[in-house]
Amino acid sequence: MKGYRKYFLNKLGWFAITFVFAFLLNFILPRLMPGDPVAAIVSRLAQGMSNTSGVQAIYQQYSDLFGTNKSLLEQFFIYIQNVAHGDFGFSFSQYPRTVADVIKASIWWTIALQFPAIIVGWLIGNTLGALAAYLKGGFDKVLMPVSIFVSNFPAFGMAVFFMVIFGVNLKWFPTSGGYGFDLIPSFSWNFIWSVIVHYQLPFWSIVVIAIGGQAIGMRSMSIYELNADYVKYSRFMGIKDRKIVGYVFRNAMLPQVTGLALSIGTMVGGALVAEIVFSYPGLGTTLLRAILGQDYPLISASTLIVTVMVLVANFIIEILYGFIDPRIKAVQSD
Amino acid sequence: MKHTIQQVFRSGKFVFGFAIFAAVLLIVIFYPLIITDGPLSIIGQGTFFPPGIYVNVYDSMSSTVYTLNLDDAAAKRIASKLNEDDRLALKEWLMAAGVSEAEIDTTDTQKLLDLWVNNYDSKKSIPGMTNAKRNYYVRLNTALKGLMATEGVTVSQFNLQTQTLEEVDAVEQSDFVNITEVANMRVLPLGTDNFGRDVLTELVAATAVSLKIGFVAGIIATLIGLTLGLLGGYVGGIVDDIIMFITNLFIVIPSFVLLILISFSIGQEQRGAVTIAVVIGFTSWVWTARAVRSQVISLRNRDHVNLSKLSGHSLVHIILSDILPYIASYVIMALILQISSGILAEASLSILGLGPRTTEVPTLGLMMNWAMIYQAQILGKWWAYLPVLVTIALITFSMNLMNTGLDQVFNPALRD
Repeated sequence: MKGYRKYFLNKLGWFAITFVFAFLLNFILPRLMPGDPVAAIVSRLAQGMSNTSGVQAIYQQYSDLFGTNKSLLEQFFIYIQNVAHGDFGFSFSQYPRTVADVIKASIWWTIALQFPAIIVGWLIGNTLGALAAYLKGGFDKVLMPVSIFVSNFPAFGMAVFFMVIFGVNLKWFPTSGGYGFDLIPSFSWNFIWSVIVHYQLPFWSIVVIAIGGQAIGMRSMSIYELNADYVKYSRFMGIKDRKIVGYVFRNAMLPQVTGLALSIGTMVGGALVAEIVFSYPGLGTTLLRAILGQDYPLISASTLIVTVMVLVANFIIEILYGFIDPRIKAVQSD
Repeated sequence: MKHTIQQVFRSGKFVFGFAIFAAVLLIVIFYPLIITDGPLSIIGQGTFFPPGIYVNVYDSMSSTVYTLNLDDAAAKRIASKLNEDDRLALKEWLMAAGVSEAEIDTTDTQKLLDLWVNNYDSKKSIPGMTNAKRNYYVRLNTALKGLMATEGVTVSQFNLQTQTLEEVDAVEQSDFVNITEVANMRVLPLGTDNFGRDVLTELVAATAVSLKIGFVAGIIATLIGLTLGLLGGYVGGIVDDIIMFITNLFIVIPSFVLLILISFSIGQEQRGAVTIAVVIGFTSWVWTARAVRSQVISLRNRDHVNLSKLSGHSLVHIILSDILPYIASYVIMALILQISSGILAEASLSILGLGPRTTEVPTLGLMMNWAMIYQAQILGKWWAYLPVLVTIALITFSMNLMNTGLDQVFNPALRD
């Protein structure tokens, strides 16, 4: 257990450092954008106003409100203080809603959509990849090119295909939104059913993309393991094939777990774009609106949330990995 | 070197991928030489013209007229005008008027019209039919009569002096023109997009730009990754620690988020195709750096490297001639993957509205973005988005196929 604690602390340390770094990037980068976002809002509000001192006053008030008239360093410390209280300031494009409000409304949609989709895709992909390596022959010959094709297909392309085939042509599922546009969120059967129906297309388009990449990885890992010396030795010893396959897949699985940790960032990126295609009310769509509205408090908050989600997922997988594979702890505790 | 290349081209997967990629590349190079129109010139007034051959009506009137007496011409003409809803409406009326359903076949235009002409009576009142519906049938009947007429049409011109219409020409129903004699016609194999631009010309130009973005991004990413990986792996010590620190930071921060943040902070005016490519390159070197480093570490203590060190060769010399050749195959494979993921990254960015600015060049991502904004996928205008998706898929698929082929050549364990 001593080894594990060291492993855990090490991972926690990395998590903290990465978090601070990501936080800094999230604060600074959007604020480097040329142009004055407050001026954009004021010009929208002051349309038709001829009184210059009035416009000036509005500008002043909004600069105070958003804090854009202070230096970047000052803004940064205020930002840290506010974020610690869960306050991300006001959204520029959806004013007077606060950023926290907008994010709160969308984050659960994203979590409920992406994480199950990625995990289901990972499980199916690994099973298929392992089967392809073990069965070989026709199954492998069909699965491999399909997987290569699917995994290189852009996420938005898959989303568009699903939408056109199942939404527009077959009319099985609705093409956009998270629930029927005529419904108000509530705990009625009608609403829940609508949510389930709207969930299918975005979910499966993400799953299919995830399957392809994982199947390819698992297939090569399994082939590599199947050719390893311990497999040949076990065969000489006369151990049953079923048991050997068990060993092989356990060993081939381990890199796939790390693979999941490392690729979760890419997958989330693809899934965000899929959300946009289906106008799913999650972070992806929020991000798109924020970009179109040049709303940097909202942009930096959504990217921060996405980053934190990825970091946490990563951290959890790595902690679990330490439990699954004892060798990792051994290396760390040396 | 020659032997390696021979071996590579013996791999079926590589050759297949290479053939697709070469075909795309050849089209991109030669198409603009043949069709020299600007890719962003707006030729169509209106959105989403379907693919096909467009023949100028004005010119075809003044071309030589040939009379062809074709039996099925009239039926075809009516069939193309009578849409599915009208057919169903006809059927509905006929059934209400007492014709048995077995007799009515909505796919056989001639029979359906015969039935209609024999049975329809505008005076006849059908129980339960609204007045609007009744009027609809009267209009439909008039329209059908017009379609079934056998006379031609008169073409007339407005005379400004007498303020009257003067007959210029008459077009009979059996008149034909030879398409090669018509002065103006334009083939639009993929129709036009939402702005009225020729999709095929635009697509070829976009593919060229996207490939360029992919190459620039891939080369930058590979160079950064290679340099950092070589330095970290070979030099070791504090240099390695610093490089590994940066790499470990960037490996978990999603590169897509970084791409969004940087592209946004650059601002709309500064975002050209090359800038986007550079940004993509600077955010996607992490994997290469990591993999190169681990390969270099395993090479560092080989005998030939130690021998080279003892002979007093410089660091640059050792890296270039004793280490680089051993990881060259890996670096090439990484480069291929970087190029294809660079193309995908540009497309994803453009969908978010953070792509290159739109006035100069099209890219595959921008074309996709325009098609999505104008809802081509919901309106069923497949020619606006499907060719783009197929092109992206072909490029990335061919590159990954080449990559898999190379992998199997250099990694015997993966061979079938």
